[in-house]
Amino acid sequence: MKKLPFLVCVLIFGYAFLYIPIFSVIAYSFNDSTLMSHWGGFSLRWYQELFNDRQIREALLLSIQIAAVSATFATLLGTCAGLALARLRKFRGRRLFSMMIVAPLVMPEVITGLSLLVLFIALEKFAGWPAGRGATTITIAHITFSMAFVAVIVQARLAGQDQCLEEAAQDLGARPLSVLLDITLPLLTPAMLAGWLLAFTLSFDDLVISSFVTGPGANTLPIYIYSQVKLGVQPDINALATMIIAIVALGVTLSAWLIRVRERRIECQTRY
Amino acid sequence: MNKTPGYKGLLAVNLSARAVNRGLLWSPYLWLLLFFLAPFAIVIKISLSEIVLASPPYQPMFNWAEDATQWFNGTLENYLFVLRDRLYLYTFWNSIQTAAISTVLVLLLGYPMAYAIARAPADKQGLLLMLVIIPFWTSFLLRIYALTGLLNTHGVINNALLGLQLIDQPLQLMYTDFAIYIGIVYSYLPFMILPLYATLERLDLSLVDAASDLGAGPLRSFVDITLPLSLPGIIAGCMLVFIPAMGEFVIPSLLGGAESPMIGRVLYDEFFLNRDWPVSSAIAVVLLALLLLPIALLRHYQAKEAEQ
Repeated sequence: MKKLPFLVCVLIFGYAFLYIPIFSVIAYSFNDSTLMSHWGGFSLRWYQELFNDRQIREALLLSIQIAAVSATFATLLGTCAGLALARLRKFRGRRLFSMMIVAPLVMPEVITGLSLLVLFIALEKFAGWPAGRGATTITIAHITFSMAFVAVIVQARLAGQDQCLEEAAQDLGARPLSVLLDITLPLLTPAMLAGWLLAFTLSFDDLVISSFVTGPGANTLPIYIYSQVKLGVQPDINALATMIIAIVALGVTLSAWLIRVRERRIECQTRY
Repeated sequence: MNKTPGYKGLLAVNLSARAVNRGLLWSPYLWLLLFFLAPFAIVIKISLSEIVLASPPYQPMFNWAEDATQWFNGTLENYLFVLRDRLYLYTFWNSIQTAAISTVLVLLLGYPMAYAIARAPADKQGLLLMLVIIPFWTSFLLRIYALTGLLNTHGVINNALLGLQLIDQPLQLMYTDFAIYIGIVYSYLPFMILPLYATLERLDLSLVDAASDLGAGPLRSFVDITLPLSLPGIIAGCMLVFIPAMGEFVIPSLLGGAESPMIGRVLYDEFFLNRDWPVSSAIAVVLLALLLLPIALLRHYQAKEAEQ
């Protein structure tokens, strides 16, 4: 393997590029100095300031609430869409439907945000709902773009899955609705869970679409962070970033570990 | 299996499998018609309406639909304005250029990384891939913020270079095109690596072995075999980077300078600062039109992938 050293170098460079900014944020979150330029000693003062900051707390709670609600609705709608796309070969408007499902995945956020805002304004004018803009409009916007991701995950899962269990149940006299509820949905649970997590993350992270469709008073965490960062480097944002990175790293490690345990169990079961 | 769930009564209704699936279809269908298709139709409509209907400084939202007949009195004025104005043309051109250069840079870093991961020992591949994915799950905005800490005049890079006495004065890294490239490479690297890894991992190594048995050097077998066979992954990855980079708003507004505007940022400013709805709608439609070809390419290669 003559090429190996080059490839190893590339990997080291690539991972350094991905992680040095993250680690520098973590390091500076413990810096006592207000300036990024010098190290003023180890301190937890930015964490203290973070916990005492009412605005950040409110923004965080609002973001979690919007992310949880929108991820749940997106999972429901996305699962329905994924099932329909995988199981209904032909129906009127299939092309339009599958186009509408994939389009949000590639649509620039500024266009999605702009078009949803003008829709909400038109709806308010003609139907009186939603009255004003805020958490509700952000939630609807997030459901719309994240259900596409759930639908794609569910559809991929169904495509790779053997239908034998469902067919067996049907042969044994189970009705289609009971096949769906007793067999298909339980088999889909991991995909739906993955979809929910992705939808939650996408919603929790979204800045552009939220800032289009938000109203007075509804500041999500990304909107708040963006307004702070625009003013310059803020040490307490370092602390916030460190905590979010820690939670994500923990979550990813935990889910990887769970998947491995599950796989081992299946391996054991098939062996004996 | 002896438990009787509460929904059993519901199951007495004997629906055909097709009816059940059709029942599943209508809720997402209606949702998307209302919240995806209808908004876009309104944007097209606004882009065709006259500027006075939509741009008073106060309460612009109440005017454009006041007079129902005006809805159909379309004008192409906004499109002509956008396509004739030097600043808008330059912004479109600059966005294409920036997105293209960054895509090439992502490919140059992502391809060898994906190749190295695909050729790593099988038990290490999962970990290496996970290390690529973890940053993708952390907040996009916070990662761009992390870069500003690195690129600042008093940031990590300048401090390191000054400390090593390689430079006498801090370099201007922030608010430049260079910062935008770094930002795009940094944020979109996973989008390139994952599809590339998927194609490279499946690649039949016996073909490469056969080539080297027949006397081809490593470079020759890479150019003649590996590269063409991984072309679907390359195109999918490039489009996955190019498309969002074209409409990017956060990266140019936090890292970029004023002299190289990008279309996402201009659209945002036009809408919120100038309150010119018709022009910003026209910009949105032109942007989407520019992206149709890349999107079609992506769809084509993703469909091909799915068949395999």
